Amino acid sequence: MNRDYSPAPLAPPPPSSHRLWTLQARLAPYLFVLPFILLFCLFLLYPIYRSIVLSFYKSAGPRKEVFIGPANYLFLLKDQLFWLAVANTAAFTLLCLLVQIPVSLILALILNNKRVKLRGVFRFAFFTTHVVGSVFLAVLFSMLLSPRAGLLNRALAVFVGHPVDINWLGEPNLVLPALLLASLWVSVGFGMIYFLAALQAVDKELYEAAEVDGANKWSQFWNITLPGIKPVLIFMILIGTIAGFQLFELPYVLFQGGAGPKSRGLTIVMYLFQHGFEAGNLGYAAAIGWVLVLMILAVAILQIRSMRATQES
Amino acid sequence: MHDPSGLTSRSTPSDTAKSIALHFALLIGATLALTPFFWLICATLKSGEDLFTFTFLPWHDLSRLTTSNFKSLFQQQPFALWMFNSLFLAATQTTLVVTLSSLGGFALAKYQFKGKKLLMLLMLATMLLPGQVLLTGGYELMYNFGWINSYASILVPGAVSVFGMFLFRQAMQTVPDELLQAGRVDGCSELRLWWEIALPIVRPMIGAFTLMSFLASWNSFLWPQIMLQDEIKYNLPMGLANMIQLPEYRQEYGILMAGTLLGIIPVVILFFILQKDFIAGLTSGAVKG
Repeated sequence: MNRDYSPAPLAPPPPSSHRLWTLQARLAPYLFVLPFILLFCLFLLYPIYRSIVLSFYKSAGPRKEVFIGPANYLFLLKDQLFWLAVANTAAFTLLCLLVQIPVSLILALILNNKRVKLRGVFRFAFFTTHVVGSVFLAVLFSMLLSPRAGLLNRALAVFVGHPVDINWLGEPNLVLPALLLASLWVSVGFGMIYFLAALQAVDKELYEAAEVDGANKWSQFWNITLPGIKPVLIFMILIGTIAGFQLFELPYVLFQGGAGPKSRGLTIVMYLFQHGFEAGNLGYAAAIGWVLVLMILAVAILQIRSMRATQES
Repeated sequence: MHDPSGLTSRSTPSDTAKSIALHFALLIGATLALTPFFWLICATLKSGEDLFTFTFLPWHDLSRLTTSNFKSLFQQQPFALWMFNSLFLAATQTTLVVTLSSLGGFALAKYQFKGKKLLMLLMLATMLLPGQVLLTGGYELMYNFGWINSYASILVPGAVSVFGMFLFRQAMQTVPDELLQAGRVDGCSELRLWWEIALPIVRPMIGAFTLMSFLASWNSFLWPQIMLQDEIKYNLPMGLANMIQLPEYRQEYGILMAGTLLGIIPVVILFFILQKDFIAGLTSGAVKG
């Protein structure tokens, strides 16, 4: 890195190449963003616009489209299967966050302790599960949860002392716990990484001052740690909500392309997929997509508002 | 408990106990995280009956272990082709999206140009939308282009990432303006400034975003499932997801687990190599912002 920054002892360039030179300097930023802008308009903005339009059409494949006004949305309001999908998705998201956030935070707090040895090894162990894609996760858990050879029933058998024969993927009431187990396995370590980074960014001097004042560990956690990591906490809840509402691959593959017993594994995106790409009604699927957008935005705004409210009080 | 002297707090018995408790908790957690991986590896090495007899491995007689699951997988299904397809798609898409995002992010961070504000506003707005909203409009567009069942439908739209643009914009802001100015005096074109000065400085972000893009592409299922129809064009998740729906594989856990393992191992290795950059890049936005 021994770069010489002194002005180059070059003769001034001839006028014509000088014009070319200033031209490339002036056009550079436009040329740099041009490929992005073209693709962005064509493959993001335009499909978004088309999916708004499509949601007011009834379609059978991409060629037969009939304008029907807001009928898709009105029908959606009365569509019981859709509301089942909403209930399933919301329950999954809520329960997943309720377990993931505290467990991730506790793990991060432990790993952040000065006494812990082999921090890198543990961090790697917890976080590796995050690279497992949803389809691979689903296939793996369809076997882990199988009644006879599955690891979960074998492990439970060790605890209760006799063979366990729970049909995790066949019982309607066990669908949600099965989905939660699988997604927690990949999301707890992911959350831990964020909390760990947040904890390491909290000002160490605040703790030293609290020690001097005689504050105990518990009050240090509530008064220093929690306020310090709050932005990351909000961020985790937000992206957890967004990811939860987009649940699709895990139940779709876990239940072999279906919605599971009594459709308890039906999610909003699965319902969109079924209508748009199995039945061919792109219009109805588009309407489902936009209702999903509204739901995510509503939840996100609510969360940010309630966070702000607690901050002010 | 606060120790007023602050000196004896190093190695009291209660501290040792605490330390043991912490490590014990971590060990339990790590066991829970890693056991499914170990179980998966064991399952790929067992033949039919042994899968149901032994939880992990037949330790008393390891000669019963077999590679037949892998052989059957490659013989019965075009699995090697699916792996190759996945590798090709992920490598190509990652190269495209990293190049375009770093170039665009450089422009957003280091230049003033007309329409920049509007562009950033539009980008932010689309980032709030879940990707599934694009499925219907995107499908229609691909249909009109005649790109259904072709890799263009995956690679071309996959070259654009608003998230990547913002990541690189943030990273490129750390490139000192004086260094760029010095480069200009030395006679570097703007493109060479990006390649020779800016990119080396944001190298950790390149590592992080490369892994993120590769992971996303390697694991992608929904969009390829909608776009690709021929079995020989499937990527690995599609191939595996379609296998699990076939009745003849209902009891063939070993073969399905072999496919799963081969789908996970490449990205675990890649993650191991790039983990420092990956974690730094992943958390940079959240912790600073």
